[in-house]
Amino acid sequence: MTCEGPSPRLPPIPLESRAAMDLLEYQGKQLLARHGLAVSDGKAVATVEDAVRAANEIGYPVVVKAQVLIGGRGKAGGVKLAADEAQAREHAQNILGLDIRGHIVRTLWIEHASDIASEYYASVLLDRQASQPLVIFSVEGGVEIEQVAKESPEKLVRRNVDALEGLSRAEAVEIATDAGADADVVQGVADALTALYEVWTQEDATLVEINPLIITPEREVRALDAKISLDGNALYRHPENQSLSDSENEDPIERRAKEQGVQYVKLDGDIGVLGNGAGLVMSTLDVVARAGGSPANFLDAGGGSDAEKIKQAVQLILANDAVKAVLFNIFGGITRCDEVARGLIAAFEEITPAVPFVVRLDGTNDVEGRRLLQEAALPNVYAARTMNEAAEKVVALAAAQSVGTPG
Amino acid sequence: MAVLVDEHTRLAVAGITGREGSFHTLNNRAYGTNVVGGVTPGKGGRDVEGIPVFDSWEQAAKEVEPNTAMIFVPPRFAADSILEAAASGVALVVAITEGIPAHDELRVYNTLKRDYPGARLIGPNCPGILSPGKANVGIIPASFFKEGNVGVVSRSGTLTYQIGNEIAQAGFGCSSIVGIGGDPVPGSSFVDVLELFQTDDQTELIVLAGEIGGSAEEQAADYIGGHPGKPVVAYIAGFTAPEGKQMGHAGAIVSGSSGTAAAKARALEAKGVRVGRTPTEVAEIAVEVLGGASLPAR
Repeated sequence: MTCEGPSPRLPPIPLESRAAMDLLEYQGKQLLARHGLAVSDGKAVATVEDAVRAANEIGYPVVVKAQVLIGGRGKAGGVKLAADEAQAREHAQNILGLDIRGHIVRTLWIEHASDIASEYYASVLLDRQASQPLVIFSVEGGVEIEQVAKESPEKLVRRNVDALEGLSRAEAVEIATDAGADADVVQGVADALTALYEVWTQEDATLVEINPLIITPEREVRALDAKISLDGNALYRHPENQSLSDSENEDPIERRAKEQGVQYVKLDGDIGVLGNGAGLVMSTLDVVARAGGSPANFLDAGGGSDAEKIKQAVQLILANDAVKAVLFNIFGGITRCDEVARGLIAAFEEITPAVPFVVRLDGTNDVEGRRLLQEAALPNVYAARTMNEAAEKVVALAAAQSVGTPG
Repeated sequence: MAVLVDEHTRLAVAGITGREGSFHTLNNRAYGTNVVGGVTPGKGGRDVEGIPVFDSWEQAAKEVEPNTAMIFVPPRFAADSILEAAASGVALVVAITEGIPAHDELRVYNTLKRDYPGARLIGPNCPGILSPGKANVGIIPASFFKEGNVGVVSRSGTLTYQIGNEIAQAGFGCSSIVGIGGDPVPGSSFVDVLELFQTDDQTELIVLAGEIGGSAEEQAADYIGGHPGKPVVAYIAGFTAPEGKQMGHAGAIVSGSSGTAAAKARALEAKGVRVGRTPTEVAEIAVEVLGGASLPAR
């Protein structure tokens, strides 16, 4: 059956692309189908009864597939073949609610099981090095593609496409031929590559990956899985795609942050961190860690943060019960330090945080910002002049909190 | 000499009539940058504190002959504004706008390359360029930097300020500070700016500030390895960045790198680049290198 390409080694999330919107398999397949690529008939369901009903309608054998945004679903028991109703029920019961590395399965995709003659691999993505689109295709699909790339790179055809010209029919045929696709399916594969490229450009995708792209015994080319990421910055062009995010599986604080337009990632530690600019916030996490502390979150308040946004950000940070102290590290460019100070003061008017704050303000309007904070004399708020000093102070304060409040 | 912007800069600003656009344009002028005009469709004929506003880049080019454009318009209009500025003959376009769709950036990058090879784009999603004592184009808070011999190139805005400030605190100044932005398709890469600094008389040491994701730092490492010249000190943000899901595996195949801070630091160190683990440490290394090598004894 399908192979999910498990990824035991997890690379970090590139923070500049947090605006990416990752689609569940079935959402991706619906997009593919809209652009003419064949996918199996299926249905997305959220309960065991609906799963059984869908399986009966579709006809056995069916595949019951967990819909979560993480690789390795097959190995985790999230993808099962069912020959009859009893098996469909059993698998749906087992998979719904399953925790696949922190992702709780709330949706199943039930589709008719496909007969497979060959498994290929195809993807379209942004080649950042070449600043061009890149099409990758291989007839060695169905397995972990990184391994193919490493062990037999000659089996992987990579072709940069001229972003201004698009993928031509001739190029698509050439890619399929060069990769050694069976002669009788070269045209079908070229059609599929054309459809993938169309999804990539017309839906403002940053990644479209199909593994496996199967050839059925009837020689039809069909997508058995789909990994699609859409560009969040381009969603205004695609109102129909706006509802596709997997909000059910998000951390509730992260979801709230997204609604407020703030970049927030929850971490395991106890020091809340707020900064402006992804690079500075990442650097702040590093400096806190070097000072012996453990950050509770990444929060980039972004450029041009006004007082209201800062107030909301404070509330987000404090929504995490693990937070024992908070560090504000601001180097204002487009952000004005006086606005940050006003936001913090406004937040303290509505809530009285039980934890200490360390605030470091530098950059645009910093003198005014520091003056506002000094005059407001907020309880339990300390000023620091440098990033290192701020990190050491907040780590010490968090440690003192731990001692002061057992449990 | 400095790079990209200096006393010869003639700046025009798209989006000059907006709140942020006017604030930072006037800041740039107050610093001494020669701001010759602005562009906002439909508002031609007005002025922003004496700076004439034009309806189009074509008109601005004819009337006030800018050689540098700054883009401050909302993301959905930014791509066309960049291309119009380039088409009008401006040699340098600095795009501050954040949140431009990746496919628009791809179109802009490849159109510039094909149709306007003489135009250089810095950004988008960048803080701009500051050549202390000469000109400021963008949103970098200039009061924190002084003139000197360190060239800074960075993918991250606020991190650039932090590092530039640490260098200033250590008693050194900067030739130019160039923010190239952290977007997937930057107009100029680390390598492009390293080349500029290598041939700039004023620059004696280069500080490169990168972050996790992509392979721009690895490419910079390869370039440095193949072009020995002025010393380069690097910083990479994100050693403790959250680990998380990745969609698919295609990205890793392309870059051949895990994109982690540790991998980037290793790539740079393998080419003899010293990598500071905090912004302060970067400044300390810079002081050590400059102090020992090229500063006149006091």
